[in-house]
Amino acid sequence: MALSGVQIFKLLPKTNCKKCGHPTCLAFAMKLAQRQASVDACPDMSDESRGLLGAAAEPPIKTVTFGAGPHVCTMGEETVLYRHEKKFVRPTVIAVRIADNQPDAGIHAALADVLNSEIDRIGQKLRIDAILLDYVSGNSARYQQLLEMVMAQAPDVPMILSVQDADVAETALRSAGTKKPLLHGVIADNFEAMSQVALKHKVPAGIIAQGLDAVAQLAEKVKGIGVSELVIDSGARTAGVVLRDNTLARRAAIKKNFKALGYPVITFAGRDDAMLETLVAMTGIAKYSSIVVLNRSEQWRNLALFTYRQNIYTDPQVPMQVEQKIYKVGEPTPESPVIITTNFSLTYFIVAGEIENCRVPVWLAVMDCEGMSVLTAWAAGKFTPAKIAQFIQESGLPEQLTKKELVIPGYLAILSGALEEKLPGWTVTVGPREANALPAFLKNRPQ
Amino acid sequence: MAFTEPKEAFPGSIYDVTFGTERTVTFGGEHGLAFHGFEGAAPHLPVIAFEVQDSLPDDWPEAVHDVYAGVSGDPAVWARFCQDELKAQAIALRLLSTHPDREDRPAADAAKTVADVLDAVSVPIIILGSNHVEKDAEVLVAAAEAAKGRKCIIGKAQEKNYRTITAAAMANDHLLIALSELDINLCKQLNILITQMGYARERIIIDPMCSALGYGLDYTWSVMERIRLAALAQNDAVMQQPMLADVGMYAWKTKEAQAPEAELPRWGSLKQRGIAWEAITAGSMLLTGAELLIMRHPEAVASLQQFIGELSAADER
Ligand code: B12
Ligand code: SF4
Repeated sequence: MALSGVQIFKLLPKTNCKKCGHPTCLAFAMKLAQRQASVDACPDMSDESRGLLGAAAEPPIKTVTFGAGPHVCTMGEETVLYRHEKKFVRPTVIAVRIADNQPDAGIHAALADVLNSEIDRIGQKLRIDAILLDYVSGNSARYQQLLEMVMAQAPDVPMILSVQDADVAETALRSAGTKKPLLHGVIADNFEAMSQVALKHKVPAGIIAQGLDAVAQLAEKVKGIGVSELVIDSGARTAGVVLRDNTLARRAAIKKNFKALGYPVITFAGRDDAMLETLVAMTGIAKYSSIVVLNRSEQWRNLALFTYRQNIYTDPQVPMQVEQKIYKVGEPTPESPVIITTNFSLTYFIVAGEIENCRVPVWLAVMDCEGMSVLTAWAAGKFTPAKIAQFIQESGLPEQLTKKELVIPGYLAILSGALEEKLPGWTVTVGPREANALPAFLKNRPQ
Repeated sequence: MAFTEPKEAFPGSIYDVTFGTERTVTFGGEHGLAFHGFEGAAPHLPVIAFEVQDSLPDDWPEAVHDVYAGVSGDPAVWARFCQDELKAQAIALRLLSTHPDREDRPAADAAKTVADVLDAVSVPIIILGSNHVEKDAEVLVAAAEAAKGRKCIIGKAQEKNYRTITAAAMANDHLLIALSELDINLCKQLNILITQMGYARERIIIDPMCSALGYGLDYTWSVMERIRLAALAQNDAVMQQPMLADVGMYAWKTKEAQAPEAELPRWGSLKQRGIAWEAITAGSMLLTGAELLIMRHPEAVASLQQFIGELSAADER
């Protein structure tokens, strides 16, 4: 359970000796409460306090990582149930399942889809994060082949080994070397052997049981054997069960400090119907799954699910922003108009999208307004005539233009007079209010 | 450690709303968060209305425009198609032609359209203006009169025009949509203003303003979640109305629902993309509490119906 700064302060020596690098014990306590300092920084703390604070510093949902290298997957660490309380911190890992009971061609095609999945959205590179290698052939040599294909073709993509046979798991993990896959396959019948395998290879283990009670009990047993990085699978496969199990598990971990369910959750969304699969995956992303596993990775679906995850996992206090700069839309000339807007990603996307659609080349001047929409930025004093004029003057644009025309958002028509005064030599034109009227406006303008 | 399910019982609940006459539909009435039937009664499933316009949908992307190619010239025929062929539970008639920037058709024309559509179908109807505050005040008054006796949902009443529209809903026995722009305080304030006119708060439907996947969905998500928690956890009687998500028009306006594959090969099939955009936007609104959805593509609607079925069956493992 998270402790408040004051609760932590009571456990400190209260000598204000500054050895921790903070002016007072209270200041250190506040930093600890915000998880911005480590308990170890204070050398004088009693062992009892150290133990208490150490346990309290553990996040209610354990940090678990798998994979190695640049794209390692980190999960857990969530502290709230609703995103308006505090940002959700660890975006759901989106994984694709590849089974070993299909011809090589199918495996190669699925791998190619994963490798081709990268999409750039609002400055973030998004991609299928992991591959789940499903052991269904019953032939351990075949599983080994699948593993080798994946490691050869997609060496940087973290792996989830879905295997319930300890011998097959042992062989696979030996081949996987230092890649630290997630071993998803601990069930009541194999937990001792599987735990030993996970322990030996230092990999996280996925606990599978039907229902939250069963999965919690099994997780405790496996933890008792010494495997501390766990992922849980309560057998939820349909949207309603995913919603219920995930909600109850997250609540138990966060509100009741119930450690046996304080682990990342893996959700299998796979369905024959691609759209239903997408909706089940969406439920997992919105409702607390740390991994969702899909059966396939079509591009249209990747785009939709990546975008959805980005929406849910943005910081509700800090809007998504794009870089302040002059964006060229089409091939603008020294005669083309300049369109000004704010750097709120949503505003930028809508405005840029409309202009692109109508194929009239323009200079799109995107001004840093701390990610606020046009009216919000204006109301907050970030998008004023003086600031706009300064931005334009310093942008390097005036030197490139022969015809200086600035189009401003219709909602801010009242700024036009003041802007013309501050931008000598420029014509300020009031554009339409809504961006969807921009194409008609741009096409019908006197050239 | 023995596990006891940490179920939550909330002091508040959501009003239920029934609309229509010949055939009726009821939604709302939950005693818990969306699809939390495992801890609070959820007597009714969400309802999906098909959107019909009185103006040619020539700005709808091909994937959804083509579905209505043969019927979209006449709103009554279009509505009938939705009812008979697509098995619509309800119809949302948008009187878009009245917008000054579209055809600027007079309120009397809108009233005639409403009468025609009501004659053509027996499923319940939602009557929407063109979202022009001044014009809607005129149009919806005429529309509400034309629909007297059919117990429709009319809207949207906003801060600037709620008086006339509320009065029209009250005089003609309709339910009312109250639209505020992504702000929980403004939402509450508008509900208060409307009820101060003597309009029953159990007959309001909240529209917190929808936004599409990738275009502000996060804002809508959190505003809806907070409205619902205020209703249930804080038992705030002014916020206990069911919520509307007007999904289709936002989802199909996005670049993702329109940009051709040739231009953006990494975005995959345009048709599937558009349908997914509408389905995910709608699905997300369901998870945060929307009970009434307005949608356009029959395939997105069909997927949503399956999804609703699954969400409301948490006991099936
Ligand atoms: C979400 C929101 C917020 C969010 C911030 C979101 C953000 N990143 O900016 C939060 C909650 C933080 C917020 C805060 C505030 N907000 Co606020 N907010 C909104 C809300 C609901 C939506 C804004 C939005 O996202 N719009 C979508 C974007 C895409 O719109 P846009 O940037 O205007 O772009 C459109 C057009 O302008 C046009 N366009 C854009 N660029 C260009 C360029 C050209 C050339 C052309 C032609 C067109 C064009 O295209 C876009 C699409 O059509 C609006 C209400 C509303 N519906 O507008 C209020 C609103 C903007 N906020 C308002 C206010 C007053 C504030 C606050 C001062 C206080 C408050 N009410 O909370 C604070 C200020 C913040 C601060 N730090 O001081 C008022 C502004 C009133 C006014 N006319 O000045 C509004 C209108 C609400 C209201 N009716 O009172 N807000
Ligand atoms: S080192 Fe410990 S005792 Fe010294 S000021 Fe920091 S917290 Fe207080």
